[in-house]
Amino acid sequence: MGGLADAAARRLRSNPAAVVAVAALSVILVLTWLGPWISPNNSQTLDWLHIAARPGMQSSHWFGTDRLGRDLFVRTLAGTRVSIAIGLAASVISLLVGVSYGAIAGYIGGRTDHLMMRLIEILSGLPLIFFVIFLTVIFGRSEYLLFFAIGAVGWLTMARIVRGQTLSIRQREFIEAAIASGAGTGRIILRHVVPNVIGPVIVYATLTVPQIILFESFLSFLGLGIQEPGASLGTLIAEGAGEMEAAPWILLVPGSFLAVLLLCLNILGDGLRDALDVKDG
Amino acid sequence: MIRYFFTRLAGAIPTLLIIITATFFLMHAAPGGPFDQEQTLSPEIAANLQSAYGLDQPIWTQYERYLKSLLHGDFGPSFKYKDFTVTELIGQGFPVTLQLGVIAMVLALSLGIPLGTFAALHHNSAADYATMSLAVVGIAIPSFVVLPFLGLLFGVYLHWLPVAGWEAGSIRHLALPVIALTLPPLAYIARLTRGSMLEVLHSHFIRTAFAKGLPLHTVILRHALRPALIPVASYLVPAVASIMTGSLVVESIAGLPGIGRYLVQGALNRDYTLVLGMVIIYSTLLIGMGLLVDLLYAWLDPRVRH
Amino acid sequence: MADMVPTLSVDRLRISFSHRTGSIEAVDGVSFSIAPCECVGLVGESGSGKTQIFMAAMGLLGSNAQVSGSVRFEGNELLGVDGPTLNRVRGSQFTMIFQDPMTSLTPHLTVGTQLAEVMVTHLGMPWKDARSFAGRMLERVHVPEPKRRLNQYPHELSGGMRQRVMIAMSLLCEPSLVIADEPTTALDVTIQAQIIELLRAVRGEFGMALVLISHDLAVMAGLADRILVMYAGSVVENAIAGELFKHPRHPYTAELLKCMPSLTGPRLDRLPTLAGQPPRPGEMLEACPFAPRCPRAADRCRVERPQLEGPSTSQVACHFPLTA
Repeated sequence: MGGLADAAARRLRSNPAAVVAVAALSVILVLTWLGPWISPNNSQTLDWLHIAARPGMQSSHWFGTDRLGRDLFVRTLAGTRVSIAIGLAASVISLLVGVSYGAIAGYIGGRTDHLMMRLIEILSGLPLIFFVIFLTVIFGRSEYLLFFAIGAVGWLTMARIVRGQTLSIRQREFIEAAIASGAGTGRIILRHVVPNVIGPVIVYATLTVPQIILFESFLSFLGLGIQEPGASLGTLIAEGAGEMEAAPWILLVPGSFLAVLLLCLNILGDGLRDALDVKDG
Repeated sequence: MIRYFFTRLAGAIPTLLIIITATFFLMHAAPGGPFDQEQTLSPEIAANLQSAYGLDQPIWTQYERYLKSLLHGDFGPSFKYKDFTVTELIGQGFPVTLQLGVIAMVLALSLGIPLGTFAALHHNSAADYATMSLAVVGIAIPSFVVLPFLGLLFGVYLHWLPVAGWEAGSIRHLALPVIALTLPPLAYIARLTRGSMLEVLHSHFIRTAFAKGLPLHTVILRHALRPALIPVASYLVPAVASIMTGSLVVESIAGLPGIGRYLVQGALNRDYTLVLGMVIIYSTLLIGMGLLVDLLYAWLDPRVRH
Repeated sequence: MADMVPTLSVDRLRISFSHRTGSIEAVDGVSFSIAPCECVGLVGESGSGKTQIFMAAMGLLGSNAQVSGSVRFEGNELLGVDGPTLNRVRGSQFTMIFQDPMTSLTPHLTVGTQLAEVMVTHLGMPWKDARSFAGRMLERVHVPEPKRRLNQYPHELSGGMRQRVMIAMSLLCEPSLVIADEPTTALDVTIQAQIIELLRAVRGEFGMALVLISHDLAVMAGLADRILVMYAGSVVENAIAGELFKHPRHPYTAELLKCMPSLTGPRLDRLPTLAGQPPRPGEMLEACPFAPRCPRAADRCRVERPQLEGPSTSQVACHFPLTA
């Protein structure tokens, strides 16, 4: 396993796009967590003297301010933090759900597997946004709904991939050996199946994070996600879109952050896919 | 082939019915009603409103009435936009959204497929890497980020195109929204086509085609293209879903009078009939697209027909 | 006869493939020629390079292949030539039949289209005429109900029929050279005999030069005029068929003949097999490649590479060839 990881790391390092992506991501992460300490401003203060101020080094508002005088630098970083946090948390949940679902379906096989896969097929056909909007009609806006919806985004692909891998691994001899030695189903799944699907899981986990961040931003943009006073990149972009002609930086700053974040995560995911030599499906 | 089509059609109708039914019952099962957000009404007025809209009837009666009116093309009255029926609202907005979506889909296919083929033919060249890098950008960055940026560049700074607004039949107003909607599926289709074409080009039957002395364009167009497009066909329904989703946002930013805003507004206002109508429209579109794709498969790969 | 231009002339052909870890030599300096109307059998194990020679000649090798040397078709150089130039002879004068009829035909085009396009492309025939011509060719290769087959898709035909279609496809423009690469390997034993018979009949009718590539010597008996034996990327014996079967000179050829089960010979309890493995394509050494497996190998064999020597009726690359 170690040898495989080394070879993969080497291949990743020789991929210039992936290296740049990792670097950019690190910069963003560092900024996001340390940023508020660097800037003298905070995200709530309304600076009446500097309404919709342009970005610049003269004032303390490096990225400018929004229509209410809030510092854009700190606000954007806070929004980025929210987006990343939700992205990671929901990804972990969908990872756990997806891997378990896929491993169980693939391992048990037969009719159970068939049924479980049918469910995934049906769910894949629905554009999730409509489902979420629909649920919003019924239950009204709520953060629980948001979380549930976001968690529902990523697990389908993961389940499919893991199930495919599990199916092929199951045929192999060491599984038969383990069964023969009397190990329980749960144990076999945990100790034998899971380590072998690590490769594709890592790749698709990396690709799920931007998917989720995108979905959350989308919902927030529409007003169905994070509510005031909390803000994610989605809400910030929505604000900015309204001020496009007068104060474009209100849009540009969070928009660029989101674009760079998503781009880097996708490039990293693709790079990992090449490095670990994972095929689709 | 005809029989194949009707079999699939017969399967699609129950699916649609199930969606309509499930949506209907879920909506009515939810706590609260469409008038909750109004200022507190006196019980008598509330009761009157309920009966006027038929909400005091038993649920099955309401369901029956709804289905019957659907067959007449009547989606019922909008609870929020009091002067309009849902049918009228849809009638006004749908052509706009349809225009937007169809143009985006057509562009995505007619540009994405040649681009992907080109990249496959120039595998590992600078052009290939450039195209695929652009594709990653297109896939990663969502339309609601792209559109404002485009608007900023072409509208505010260059003054070439209007940023928002709508005039019937005006290409200039459609340009930026269409571009923003087209980019993600275009990028995805290009990438899919490239990968698939590369694989097909290594098949035995392509080797035979070259060995027969056929010119390159014949090998690609007559022999390689159809099998290479099978993964693209699989992507068509998700592509339509993606364009539909994108149009929600694009219409809102660009101020286009399509049906997308009704869905979001309807959700926030808990306007039952409006949302129900929207769900039906979108589901029908998706299911219809699925049928078309099934037909497409049969054309792309004759083995499916038997 | 000496000034007749050979149909195919291969001169010091070398093919190697570049890989992540280095390059692999598949064909190591092969030279031979094929006279007009001659039927040559090319026998060797997988990896011996026998197919690569003709893939190179047809311009079908991938971009990771490095080819040097010369391959001339009726005097004209084929290597390094661009697509359109190659297409003038490829598929019309110089055709190939591949070994996997199940996957060698385009699944979404009818048989008729795939046959007719050859004539439309090379002879400028209108489609309608090309299709009827194709139908007549299907008759000549004994495909039952040819008119019906024209409108069918490859998956609707059996393996044997598909191979007949491939054969028909190779004959449409009356080629002077047809390469049949393992034409029977993927087929049932009963069908194999039919296809070989068909090739024999076709050769009699059309009189073209035919190269029959196979790992099985039995397939060539009675069909080949001359047989080339390849081992690990080089030709080790080149002899008239009759001579080769009766008096093989290279030890490898002798072993191959021993492996052929014969209906008339003594009953054996076990099929004789060749011990060991051929060298992997990367392992070309300054020695006879067959030395590790050769029952006659001596010290000289392990340090000096033998060259192909002898009269044109019987050439062999061996330091200690077998004598009659």
